[in-house]
Amino acid sequence: MNPSVRATRLVYNDPGWLDTIAAWLLALLWVLPLAYAVWTAFHAGEYSTRFALLAPLTLENFARAWAAAPFARYFVNTVALVTMVLVCQLVLSTLAAYAFARYEFPAKKLLFALVLVQLMITPDILLVENYKTMARLALVDTLLAIGLPYFASAFAIFLLRQTFMRIPKELEEAARVEGANALQILWRVYVPLARPVYVAFALVSVSFHWNNFLWPLIITNTQNARPLTVGLQVFSSTDQGIDWSIITAATLMSAAPLLVAFLLFQRQFVQSFMRAGIK
Amino acid sequence: MRDTRIHAYLLLLPAFVLLASFTHVPAIATLIDSFFSTPKGSRPSVWVGLENYQVMAADPVFWKALTNNFWFALATIPLSIGLALAMALWVNERIAGRAFLRMAYFTPTVLPMVAVANIWLFFYTPQYGLLEQIRGAFGLPAQNWLGDQRTALAAVTAVAVWKEAGFFMIFYLAALQGLNPSLREAAAIEGASRWTFFARVQWPLLMPTTLFVMVNAVINAVRMVDHIVVLTRGGPDNASTLLLFHLYEVGFRYWDSGYAAALTMVLLALLGSVALLQFFVLDRRVHYR
Repeated sequence: MNPSVRATRLVYNDPGWLDTIAAWLLALLWVLPLAYAVWTAFHAGEYSTRFALLAPLTLENFARAWAAAPFARYFVNTVALVTMVLVCQLVLSTLAAYAFARYEFPAKKLLFALVLVQLMITPDILLVENYKTMARLALVDTLLAIGLPYFASAFAIFLLRQTFMRIPKELEEAARVEGANALQILWRVYVPLARPVYVAFALVSVSFHWNNFLWPLIITNTQNARPLTVGLQVFSSTDQGIDWSIITAATLMSAAPLLVAFLLFQRQFVQSFMRAGIK
Repeated sequence: MRDTRIHAYLLLLPAFVLLASFTHVPAIATLIDSFFSTPKGSRPSVWVGLENYQVMAADPVFWKALTNNFWFALATIPLSIGLALAMALWVNERIAGRAFLRMAYFTPTVLPMVAVANIWLFFYTPQYGLLEQIRGAFGLPAQNWLGDQRTALAAVTAVAVWKEAGFFMIFYLAALQGLNPSLREAAAIEGASRWTFFARVQWPLLMPTTLFVMVNAVINAVRMVDHIVVLTRGGPDNASTLLLFHLYEVGFRYWDSGYAAALTMVLLALLGSVALLQFFVLDRRVHYR
């Protein structure tokens, strides 16, 4: 390759055919489990391990799965859980982030370090002690118990503090001259300007809590509070022997809302995860 | 002045009450509980000194979980980071089908681990699972991926890598898009090969991202056990058990809270040393400015 050709290739940097093939192979491998699940869920049982292109499609697996376990209840629980957690996280971390971004007070650094501890030591490590706490509060097997340890989010506080610190102080001073108090300033100036960060955190949080499993598994023991993930596990490990058609249908059902939202708003999802990851 | 201080503390109060109740106090309570016996029926817990730790040191399952976790971390961290980097480099360029590729890589991130583990269970199923059908087509002997002590850990490791590589890709992609485009032009004018450009320009500039991703990968290596519950329950014969899964069994199947506290301390020590390492060593070395 002569230098000028190489130079143009670098400027545009079109990947060669080897890259393209490798990238596609990897992508196919990555969607294979999902594709396989979709195939099995939409076909009758006898096709679950046999691939005939013209096999008839059916929705019966979904109907049977829906009837075999209280999935409606699980859906309601999960939606209530993620909403509750998100609202509390946003309110609590907005207040805390504002204090860290715009106030001077004794022990500020120490307190911020104490917040950051939770980035490492997440509630899912401390499940034994947290279970004891919930038992003491008589909250075992409630939605509140699943959500409570996550209401204060170090990640959200950190993210919002960074954002608030970048907002020009002049805006706050102008609002203060107009006679606004601290909470009004926070609500009218800071929150609107930080909107993209709120959206980003909300998507990350909803995906996390929709998918969370171990802590909800431990703290719930009836269908009253079980979210989808736990319900799905209970369903596929006990109620069904190895009826893969039903299990994959149930699996797709429980992942569907997030999956559909992701496919519709792909760009926002990807950008949100990016935004949330950049320090 | 005093007034604004009180404001600040009031703003912090709700978050701190919860943080303290579910992070700081439990962490300290774990340390204390690890020196006490498990209360049984009418017998309250009593001070036992280091007995829980001695039980741990004598527990072969603990050592198995620790070594398994070591290998799990050693495999998932470089594999998922390497794949994430390759994915990001690909979809950052004008590659054919870029939107599909990005979607395909990222999809596992938004799916619940429990749900996808069910699908992987189906993949790994003996006799008629997909992997076995492929092996059968090539005339290879049957293999029970999850039921064989030699392959169970590798099988759950593969699922973990598949799940998190796309997540890490996002951070690399964000960093790559943040690089100054004139660097690329300069490299092109110098006639640098694509590899040289990657090795001398992109990779060093991506160092902070690699560090961030690595810390996350380490935490995940300790925390990711949802798929173990579905796929193997730590078996066969503890061949695929990990520390957090062992803790879950000790704490919530055998209800041995004293020993569980000692196990939690091991996890806290591991995560704490990662935090200190990041804070005092890595953060100071890798930043290009």
